[in-house]
Amino acid sequence: MDIMAKKKIFFGISIAVILVGIVSMLIFGLNEDIDFAGGTEMHVRIGKAFNNEDIRSITTDVIGFEPSSIQKTGDGFEVIIKMKDISSAKRDELFKAIKEKYGLEDSALLTADTVSPTVGSELRYNAFLSALIASVLMLVYISFRFELKSGVAAVIALIHDVLVMMSVYAIFRIPINTSFIAAILTILGYSINDTIIIFDRIRENKKYMRKEKFSEIANKSIWQSMPRSVNTALTTLLTITMLYILGVRSIKEFAFPIIIGLISGTYSSIFLASPIWVIWQEWEDKKKSRVKTA
Amino acid sequence: MMAKSIIKFTITVLIIAVLAYVAVNGVPFKIFGRTIAGALDEENGIRRGLDLVGGSVIVYEAEANSVTDEEMSTTIDMMRQRLDTLGLFEATVARQGEKRISIEIPAISNPQEAMEKLGATAELKFVDADGNVVITGKEIVDAQPQYGQYDQSKPAGNYVALKINDEATIKFSEATEKASSAENISNQKNYISIVLDDNVISQPRVERRIDTSDVIITGDFTAEDAGWLASIIRAGKLPFSLKNVELRSVGPTLGEKALETSLMAGGIGVILVLIFMLLYYRVPGLVADIALIGYISIVGIIMSALRVNLSLPGIAGIILSIGMAVDANVIIFERIKEELRTGKTLRASIDAGFSRAFTAIIDANITTLIAAVVLWRFGTGPIKGFAVTLSLGIIVSMFTAIIVTRFLLNQVVGMKIRNSKLYGV
Repeated sequence: MDIMAKKKIFFGISIAVILVGIVSMLIFGLNEDIDFAGGTEMHVRIGKAFNNEDIRSITTDVIGFEPSSIQKTGDGFEVIIKMKDISSAKRDELFKAIKEKYGLEDSALLTADTVSPTVGSELRYNAFLSALIASVLMLVYISFRFELKSGVAAVIALIHDVLVMMSVYAIFRIPINTSFIAAILTILGYSINDTIIIFDRIRENKKYMRKEKFSEIANKSIWQSMPRSVNTALTTLLTITMLYILGVRSIKEFAFPIIIGLISGTYSSIFLASPIWVIWQEWEDKKKSRVKTA
Repeated sequence: MMAKSIIKFTITVLIIAVLAYVAVNGVPFKIFGRTIAGALDEENGIRRGLDLVGGSVIVYEAEANSVTDEEMSTTIDMMRQRLDTLGLFEATVARQGEKRISIEIPAISNPQEAMEKLGATAELKFVDADGNVVITGKEIVDAQPQYGQYDQSKPAGNYVALKINDEATIKFSEATEKASSAENISNQKNYISIVLDDNVISQPRVERRIDTSDVIITGDFTAEDAGWLASIIRAGKLPFSLKNVELRSVGPTLGEKALETSLMAGGIGVILVLIFMLLYYRVPGLVADIALIGYISIVGIIMSALRVNLSLPGIAGIILSIGMAVDANVIIFERIKEELRTGKTLRASIDAGFSRAFTAIIDANITTLIAAVVLWRFGTGPIKGFAVTLSLGIIVSMFTAIIVTRFLLNQVVGMKIRNSKLYGV
């Protein structure tokens, strides 16, 4: 199959996915967890069927305002209550009230987290900063080892992967928290890895395919690297999927976006990065020959 | 030639088997003064993060525009002292960023009681034997550990040099005069207690009336003792209060379940990868599997020896790195297959495969390492742990996937296992 000839289709698929993501981000917004937004979150195992409204009224009674969300989880016997950040004393009081109402033990408190809004906004800033710094450093490294065009093409593929992952977070309402940063940066690393393997092949093939067109060199290189692209994606998917299947909630929330990111990263390395590089090369060639004929 | 290869191959496999044994069971003796316990040993193995064992992380922020390093280290010493008073010896205290202090308390998921004491403003007092407050922390100008000869009749030693303000000097001279009276000396009441939050920290004897603003506290101090006492005394004059900005608690049940399921997932994931490699790449696949077991063992031993704090994202990082660790092998083996198809001999194909794959592997791993280092630099807590395991994974996997695999593969060829079908062609 000539991937270069069908590049418009692949660009189209990516743009469509990202558009769906952007639209859902605009409609639903991102589900920022307390890690970023600040607030208090409490996860309690009630151990039997319960009514969200009961929890809501207990919470409102104790903390003096309405909690922002009450969500059933686990097998439906667990509850996650989210609210603006409250003091540890209030938090303690709230758990005691719930404990009393349902006759629970202390161990029923699975997690309780409070993050002040300042810490949250700092985390958001740091996350953005680290993604930016990582991308710039990778761009510099690739430009140095390959050429600027390869670096830019690889980073465009990266931005694509980040957008796809953000779309997944928006569409599936996955909370954006510290794991989100780790997931995004993992995929940045993985996707660039994938792209480099193909670019390395192009770099090598260019040496003895001097007369061929760029699109042919790229196409050949992609197909030569294809078994590797597929097999590595497969072995990585094997382990991360097991984590998703067996893991607890926080692990699942981490593993799912990574799975999507792996697929997106593999896709973008094959179907986006190299075609972008080819388009740029051909455009440069045309410019050069125009200068020559003039 | 063939016998040599068999011996080399067997020895390498044995070494990896020993590494795997050490990773699981540890070694019974000390290496470089460290005990190396099995990775899963609860006491001395890989340190488990609070999200795996349950416990609380409390972060306090100094409410001030700027803080000095000395103030922050005093705050840490004060917290340490308070945690000890509460009996929370397992807790750790660390500075986080500029103005924050993070306290991790294992096993306690409802730290309300502890927090009331930890977050309180320090109340430091000097109290006489009858319980009267002589001076308070606010009247102390400075306290510093010193080393030198403070008494002509004694050898040089460590002491704490205290500077108090003028008002305190008057009160202190009265109190010391009283304390050093003959009556008090005979009643063993010739001391002044240094009290932090109602706990006596130190009880130096008063030898004579002190009427200067410079006071020294002596004792059989080590440099550490003197530094600590000076630091605790300075807690009395901390110019800021502490605000709780983050409080995370994980109950023990969830932590245990998280660890169990992650290990299970890791185990099954590894077995699937091993099977896949074996089926797809045959003989090289077997070699990669041996190298992968070596990889997992080495990572386990390093993490156990360095007592790396492993939290849930860290486990995810390791499991992810296992999937990626075989990447280098996949690249190399695909290259070898290509070379074989061009009609080269097996040995030439292996050499060409490794050397051609090398630049790709190095470039790809360095860029991933860049992401991990950035994550480590800017991340906090669990994210840092993830970055550490990811970086460690990348570095170790380069060694096992390139050097170990190549060595083993050459021995296999030396053993005359040369049918190209066995190499997946």
